[in-house]
Amino acid sequence: MVTPLPVTRTHSALQLLKHAIGGHRNWPQYWRSPEPKAAYDVVIIGGGGHGLATAYYLASKHGIRNVALLEKGWLGGGNTGRNTTIVRSNYFYPQSTDLYDHSLRLYEGLSHELNINLMLSQMGILTLANSRHDVEMLQRWSNAIQVQGIACEWLEPEQVQAEVPALDVFGMRYPVKGAFMQRRGGTARHDAVAWGYARGASQLGVDIIQNCEVTGFDISDNRVRAVHTSRGTIRTDKVGIAVAGHSTVLAEKAGFTLPLSSMTLQAYVSEPVKPALDRVINSPMVHAYISQSDRGEMVMGAGADAYYSYGQRGNLPTLEDGVRSILEMFPRFSRLKMMRQWGGVVDISPDTSPIIGKTPVTGMYLNCGWGTGGFKAIPAGGDLLAATIANDKPHPLAEPFCLDRFRTGRLVDEGAAAGVSH
Amino acid sequence: MLQIDCPWCGRRDEDEFNCGGQSHIQRPGLDCSDAEWGDYLFARINPKGVSLERWRHTHGCRQWFNLARDTVSHRILAVYGMTDPVPALPEARS
Ligand SMILES: Cc1cc2nc3c(=O)[nH]c(=O)nc-3n(C[C@H](O)[C@H](O)[C@H](O)COP(=O)(O)OP(=O)(O)OC[C@H]3O[C@@H](n4cnc5c(N)ncnc54)[C@H](O)[C@@H]3O)c2cc1C
Ligand SMILES: [Zn+2]
Repeated sequence: MVTPLPVTRTHSALQLLKHAIGGHRNWPQYWRSPEPKAAYDVVIIGGGGHGLATAYYLASKHGIRNVALLEKGWLGGGNTGRNTTIVRSNYFYPQSTDLYDHSLRLYEGLSHELNINLMLSQMGILTLANSRHDVEMLQRWSNAIQVQGIACEWLEPEQVQAEVPALDVFGMRYPVKGAFMQRRGGTARHDAVAWGYARGASQLGVDIIQNCEVTGFDISDNRVRAVHTSRGTIRTDKVGIAVAGHSTVLAEKAGFTLPLSSMTLQAYVSEPVKPALDRVINSPMVHAYISQSDRGEMVMGAGADAYYSYGQRGNLPTLEDGVRSILEMFPRFSRLKMMRQWGGVVDISPDTSPIIGKTPVTGMYLNCGWGTGGFKAIPAGGDLLAATIANDKPHPLAEPFCLDRFRTGRLVDEGAAAGVSH
Repeated sequence: MLQIDCPWCGRRDEDEFNCGGQSHIQRPGLDCSDAEWGDYLFARINPKGVSLERWRHTHGCRQWFNLARDTVSHRILAVYGMTDPVPALPEARS
């Protein structure tokens, strides 16, 4: 019963040629922007990657197309458009490896599926050991991953130097003692992920509604009946919440608590320079990570700011710490000018693993707790939340990540295992 | 950069301090349910607005104290002792 919609188009060589001649001025809208209807089968809150992917998979995999996606600002304006775009699946515990590798495998086919170039660049990610103790921990980590069927390699310092000529392997204060590398890790283009899912969902009938803030819920008999928004009340009996750092704000309106802390995570980029770094480098101990974007900027980040914040801006001490750590690893970048710095509100859970699944309110489902590392998980997060909503039952890959684990004690403690978790 | 009035040392830069999380959490009795224990360990208010939180002057006197702080503007609204009741607060969210 789905009629094709006029607005959006896919890319083809012919289209590109036509619009190149036209000076790229007349590209059609990527997605429809309808007025909200009075009722939907499912309402998804949050137009970041996870919300958009959920809407897309509800429509594409489960045939649920009477769906609204509500975003208070603009699509990708939250952490999805603010992150450093690193993708990898080298976590420690099998539950996590299954989840994140599912995601990476979806990413590997996604440019094709969504017909948009996500610029997935699997340049490889190196996690550095900067002490003997790091060597033991990282070898244990890389062995664990290999046992779980994810290819990764141990590199000795000379091999690290060969992979990353710009890195001060032997000269830094804590010289590199080795590294483990996942070659399938890398980066992807964040905007394209949001826009690709949005267009795909819109084409299948999902109403994407921006500038629409959810302000509350109608709940009776412990069942969600409607969502209140800045653009009126929308009736629905299924709601998916994917609002990252604002999850507790919405949970409070629905009457339950979450084990989340909202903190600022910063990122910063240098002026663009010629290619100098073609791997992602992460040091848990020196505590910073870096990659070079396709535009030539050095993209850097480190740990979260030191206190709770919804301010969406970073503070100076943390920024200085991060830059200092980068220069410890790459002294030759010391004269690069910094161009931009920003922060996002990340939702950190006690075990730094996500929460995906049911909530105490019937018909209300949750996807949150990705904290500092959920860009890589967008395809999986959307896929699992969509399946959980469609079947009213947790997807098997999502089961370990239920909210209930904070009562049963079955934590998936990647916080202890994953170091700088991007 | 915050400047925090340590009750003992006076005004110092934020990087001398550590934030120890939500304050005033009471440990339930040992006969509590799993749910109550889980909430005690993990459930947090995580307010958008006034946050009552413990801080320590780690690189100074090493004493703990409480702050009332706005999590949007970061403005510090009150500094008070570990065992003090929550003081009357000025209007938050500047
Ligand atoms: C600086 C930085 C670097 C990062 N680096 C990486 C990295 O390299 N690799 C990685 O995997 N991850 C990284 N992350 C984490 C990653 O960005 C996030 O985990 C991921 O983008 C979360 O996606 P999301 O869709 O859940 O949330 P978001 O993209 O934040 O989307 C949530 C949306 O909900 C909307 N919203 C909130 N409240 C409401 C409401 N009441 N009504 C309607 N809409 C609402 C917001 O406006 C927002 O657009 C980084 C994060 C930051 C901040
Ligand atoms: Zn002091």
